[in-house]
Amino acid sequence: MTEHLDGNDMAGALSEIFAVDVSAATAPCASCKRVNVVAELRVYGGPSAPGLVARCCGCDEVVLRLVCGPGAAWLDLRGTTALRIPLPPG
Amino acid sequence: MLDVPDWPGHDAGQHVDVRLTAPDGYTAQRSYSIAGPADGDRIELTVQHVDDGEVSDYLTTVYAIGDPVEVRGPVGGWFVWRPEHTDPVFLVAGGSGIVPLMAMIRARAAADSKTPFRLLYSARSPSEIIFADELRRRARDDRGLDVTYLYTRSAPEDWPGRPHRISVADLNSAGWPADLRPACFVCGPTGFVETAADILVALGHEPRRVKTERFG
Repeated sequence: MTEHLDGNDMAGALSEIFAVDVSAATAPCASCKRVNVVAELRVYGGPSAPGLVARCCGCDEVVLRLVCGPGAAWLDLRGTTALRIPLPPG
Repeated sequence: MLDVPDWPGHDAGQHVDVRLTAPDGYTAQRSYSIAGPADGDRIELTVQHVDDGEVSDYLTTVYAIGDPVEVRGPVGGWFVWRPEHTDPVFLVAGGSGIVPLMAMIRARAAADSKTPFRLLYSARSPSEIIFADELRRRARDDRGLDVTYLYTRSAPEDWPGRPHRISVADLNSAGWPADLRPACFVCGPTGFVETAADILVALGHEPRRVKTERFG
């Protein structure tokens, strides 16, 4: 398997979809229930790949997928039960 | 250095995505850590040349002062240190992983923070130490900042021991005891980060207090 990066690398792409930073959100794994922080997920698929796949640090199951195409982005969240997103104060 | 109109400011540890677009419309994008606190609309990136690096090669050899470039950011809200954080800090850098950690060291100094910082910096050889002069100066002048170096290929003559990859002993002696509940930030290539983070957790640090950032 190719070397992975982490969810910090998805922060830029996610910032185009969400109004607040999602890389600091927790994303519990739907498979093993581990409470991952998005920034810590193992991310496969670099800048030249069609999309990014983020896997659980505990069981390696897919937690989220992101594909950014011209005119639309697809965000597949079926691998997590709920995103808990810290909101900036105020 | 980039001048980014209406730059909103950033936290130490955040990065930007830099996108290059060729005349034929081909685009390439990479993430680069911001190396220091914002100076108005001006941000500093440190880009290490990689021989087959599509973007770094362009930025380090062709890109010239005044050339426009597309920047997205600041991004990332996890791997950040803010001056109001007062827990002791242990920074662990592998190669150019020093860049976001240097931003934290500079932010600490800029805020006149008294938070104790320790840095363990692993590099192949002394000539590959980035920010070498500044780190030497800060280790002397910035009170509460300790800097330890680790060499993996060739070391200076007065360095104790032989060059080696990061080990339990390095992290144990250069860092803080887990009892002090320090905030640990580890940045570098994936293999380095996984090894160092695993050792820190094995030394008793809470996994949630060991924040990591990997780069390709």
